[in-house]
Amino acid sequence: MKQPGLWHRMDVLARHLTPSMLTLALVIINVVPLHIPGLSRVVPLLPLIAVYHWAVFRPRLLPAYAVFLIGLFQDILTGAPIGVNALVFLAVYGTVLSQKQFFIGKSFFILWLGFSLIAAGAAVFNWLAISILNLTLVEPKTVFFQYLLTLGCFPVIAWAFMRLQRAFLRQV
Amino acid sequence: MARGPRSVSRLVQPIRGLAQRFAFIGLVATAVGLMVLGKADLILMDNLRAHVTDAVAPILEAVSRPADSIAKAVDQVRELTALHKENVRLRLNEARLLQWQAAARRLEAENKNLKSLLNFVPGPEPGFITARVIADAGGAFVHSLILNAGTRDGVAKGQAAMTGEGLVGRVAGVGSRSARILLITDFNSRIPVLVGPNRTRAILAGNNSDSPKLVHFPSGETVSAGDRIVTSGHGGALPPELPIGIVTSVNDGGIGVLPFVQRNRLEYIRLLDFGLAGILSAPSSRPPASGNKKYFRGGRTGNTKKP
Repeated sequence: MKQPGLWHRMDVLARHLTPSMLTLALVIINVVPLHIPGLSRVVPLLPLIAVYHWAVFRPRLLPAYAVFLIGLFQDILTGAPIGVNALVFLAVYGTVLSQKQFFIGKSFFILWLGFSLIAAGAAVFNWLAISILNLTLVEPKTVFFQYLLTLGCFPVIAWAFMRLQRAFLRQV
Repeated sequence: MARGPRSVSRLVQPIRGLAQRFAFIGLVATAVGLMVLGKADLILMDNLRAHVTDAVAPILEAVSRPADSIAKAVDQVRELTALHKENVRLRLNEARLLQWQAAARRLEAENKNLKSLLNFVPGPEPGFITARVIADAGGAFVHSLILNAGTRDGVAKGQAAMTGEGLVGRVAGVGSRSARILLITDFNSRIPVLVGPNRTRAILAGNNSDSPKLVHFPSGETVSAGDRIVTSGHGGALPPELPIGIVTSVNDGGIGVLPFVQRNRLEYIRLLDFGLAGILSAPSSRPPASGNKKYFRGGRTGNTKKP
């Protein structure tokens, strides 16, 4: 049997790493100062969209430990208590995987609806965790706006990922 | 031949499923454990944060440059459209400021005379470290920034972060080439302040909204909208007399304050090094450098200067 060449193997590796790397990139993009008034308080949680998307379409390429590490990275970069986002991302990932039958072959709109429910759960969970860890009630209004913005960003990111996935991850 | 692998896979499949489930539960438990550990052992978590932030600082710096340029271009276009109105406003402002300048000159001279009469000992003059904002981290839960200067530039935990307009926050964590600023609007921020012309003592507490609140305001004292708020220097954590903001609302919901500095405008930040150890001089933090040197800790070339 012929061994696959080096280029081929690197190509496969790159394709396999795409989902994790894209999610990681979104974590970094999320903290770039955009100088838009009021945005930094309600900046959408872009990595959550990525975790949801890859859990639905390519869970094999975004394993649980990658989700955990990305969540940890998000915590470290944003200054949130370490572990909170790791837990939130894992919860979203686990929820999607356990409802896999529901998501298979569904239309984009249904996926968006699914995301709206799961992201709402994530926002409430996040709010509770931060409030308990800091022993204060965090203002829920900003959390709500952040949730709405995240929901609004979903189609853009999901569409981009979908195109990418059709172009590069067809075989994987 | 074909039966062999299939029966093996039939055996392996459930085990693998079980292993994956256990791994998942293990990860969840680790995340919870880290949250608890983060409450208990702050220094470990701070170090972890500092190291990771250091590692990604160059990436953040590279990514934030184009974003800055775009923001500047948009600003310029916006300014062009409002040129006439801005001009009128500035003319009025200039007339007003000239009056203030005269008043300030007179007071400065008077102050100087009085100080010489009293043999007043001036406080230490601060050194500056200027750094660029490379990440505006946070969202709804945390209000913090990441700067591109760290211990190698002389940044230390507890230093006040300012712009020309006023106080932004203070250094909460520092790596070798990056530092994290906790903004005054974050709900972990508590700053001793003086309010208004009566110089009433109070604490400015962030609440994750754009307007932090004044707490522990003594009863019987008066406060009204428009009162200026400056740091008091109590506790020795921050130098006194740094401008913070003005009181905007006084009602049952508390005393709201509008900071002078708008967060979305932040691009460069000055870190003030007064050599204050203050409340941060716990055994864990570094002792302040000795002698005169502490006011001139080397910054990036040309950035460290005496005012």
